[in-house]
Amino acid sequence: MNKSLATLLAAGTLALLAACASTVDLDESANKGAPIENRGTAGSSGSSGSSATGVDPNSASSRNTPTVVVDTTKDGLNDPNSPLAKRSIYFDYDSFVIREDFRVVVDAHAKYLNANKTRKIVIQGNTDERGGREYNLALGQKRAEAVRKALATLGVTEVQVEAVSFGEEKPKATGSDEASYGENRRADIVYQ
Amino acid sequence: MVASIQSQTGKKQSQTARLTPLARLAVVALLAGAAILGANVQAQMRIDVSGVGATQYPIAIANFSADSAVPVEVVNIIRNDLARSGAFKIIDPQTQLADTATPNWADLRGKSADAVLAGSIAKLADGRYDVRFKLSDVVRQSNLTAESIVSSSADLRFAAHKIADTVFEKLTGDKGIFATRIAFVTKAGKNFRLNIADWDGENVQSPLVSNEPIVSPSWSPDGSRLAYVSFETKKPVVYVHVLASAQRIVAANFKGSNSAPGWSPDGKTLAVTLTRDGLSQLYLVDADGSGNPRKITSSSGIDTEPVYSADGRNIYFTSDRGGSPQIYRVPAQGGDAVRITFNAPYNVSPRVSPDGKYLAYVSRRDNKYFVAMKELAGGSEQLISDGGREESPSFAPNGRWIMYATQTTGKDTLMAVSVDGRVKQRLTSGLGDIREPTWGPLTK
Repeated sequence: MNKSLATLLAAGTLALLAACASTVDLDESANKGAPIENRGTAGSSGSSGSSATGVDPNSASSRNTPTVVVDTTKDGLNDPNSPLAKRSIYFDYDSFVIREDFRVVVDAHAKYLNANKTRKIVIQGNTDERGGREYNLALGQKRAEAVRKALATLGVTEVQVEAVSFGEEKPKATGSDEASYGENRRADIVYQ
Repeated sequence: MVASIQSQTGKKQSQTARLTPLARLAVVALLAGAAILGANVQAQMRIDVSGVGATQYPIAIANFSADSAVPVEVVNIIRNDLARSGAFKIIDPQTQLADTATPNWADLRGKSADAVLAGSIAKLADGRYDVRFKLSDVVRQSNLTAESIVSSSADLRFAAHKIADTVFEKLTGDKGIFATRIAFVTKAGKNFRLNIADWDGENVQSPLVSNEPIVSPSWSPDGSRLAYVSFETKKPVVYVHVLASAQRIVAANFKGSNSAPGWSPDGKTLAVTLTRDGLSQLYLVDADGSGNPRKITSSSGIDTEPVYSADGRNIYFTSDRGGSPQIYRVPAQGGDAVRITFNAPYNVSPRVSPDGKYLAYVSRRDNKYFVAMKELAGGSEQLISDGGREESPSFAPNGRWIMYATQTTGKDTLMAVSVDGRVKQRLTSGLGDIREPTWGPLTK
């Protein structure tokens, strides 16, 4: 009695989630990936539906129905305390080398992408405003490419990653001072 | 000569006719504004000129006779064009002089004029205007040229620029650029506009408005299309925009970034920067978006900003293969690259002069960015701007001017400087920050 109620509730939750996904513009990580991926990695996808089709619903064993738990807060991407919450990698002036203090961020994303092979990211490289626009576009690409290469070295597949550049065109900080320049020497990881 | 000018004016008309209703409305609004408020109105842009040329040719430009009210101040446009070039001293004889009348030679000599421009404007039965003009040599008291342009009222401004071009060419031997157009990008908040305007900043039209950045516009050699980079899909993609129809062709949209389009002289090929194989490298793509990209450089660093030489045989580009960004040259189909610039640790944005003899580029000295120019046949280098935040140099199609972007009092502005550095014009815009100038080809 309790178990079937739980199943009903679980099914209801799933239906609700599905309805939400199709009608409400959730934030990108919740919308596109989290519920599906959790089920995929747990290896239990589709189990709630199988009892209705393949097994006699009146037999004793069929009443022993397993539960699917969906909990998007368990996806590391949505955990504010996980290194995955960090999506920006900063660079020193005129540098295109990933600093030691951002290794942990790159490692965390590599681990996540390796565990979730269907997830894809775009790495967006940025520069400060000094110098030519097209050359800065190439320099921003160099930063995005440094992150892409680091991820590839850690086993992330090519199809999961696209490195692009915004150059100096989309500055996060708009001032013409060292603090703003530092903020804009950056590569952002954006989950698709 | 007369016939050819008439047919050109006709072509310009058909272009205007193909504008979208909104754009047509904007043109009408601009014309109406100009008609009501007169020539002092710089619809959306303002030009300040400083300096004069090494030699100034003294020319008297009389008021043209007119049989009815003319909606555009044709003579003032001619005077402004020639004055802004820095190559002329404009003398206003304070009289009306028709092309058919005999000038008062003694009076003109007394005013130190070496040449005189006279003319007349007659309204035709179909509503168009017949603008006739005569350029005379005051010293020899002889006719240099007498021509006629038939123009709709919408094209009178263009007709005035064509007359200024004729005067400029007759008296200096160089082609005039007064009937050319420039393209540039403006940014106001998150509103980006790709604009085209007459060389004097009038007749501003915006072929593209976007809430994402637009950079690196480049005119096709025939002036009918603009290639540019738009970030509208959250990454840089190269488009070719057909101005008359607003058709947009995706010329390069590969994995990674796509940027820096440079036209081949025949208008069929674009040299571009792609990152599909890693860092920025140079490729050739078809301007109509067909075919596969052909890679022409393979360096371990950055190769970008490809521009074709005037004869189409070579491509100049920026590369950091030697450790700092410098300008190199490579055969257009690929091959060994030769380094061109040496004098500073940062030289970018190469542009070849229309005659193929000079290279302009941006050079950094003591954290200031200058427009530099050097003779390609081994000449020395000259800095021709004041030094600041200079970017994106662009030659006028007669090679006598370079336009570039800079900043004055924290705002992006455009400057045009004569290649001898003596005359400067600053263009500011009511549309916001103004940047990425590129000078269009001569109008035939």
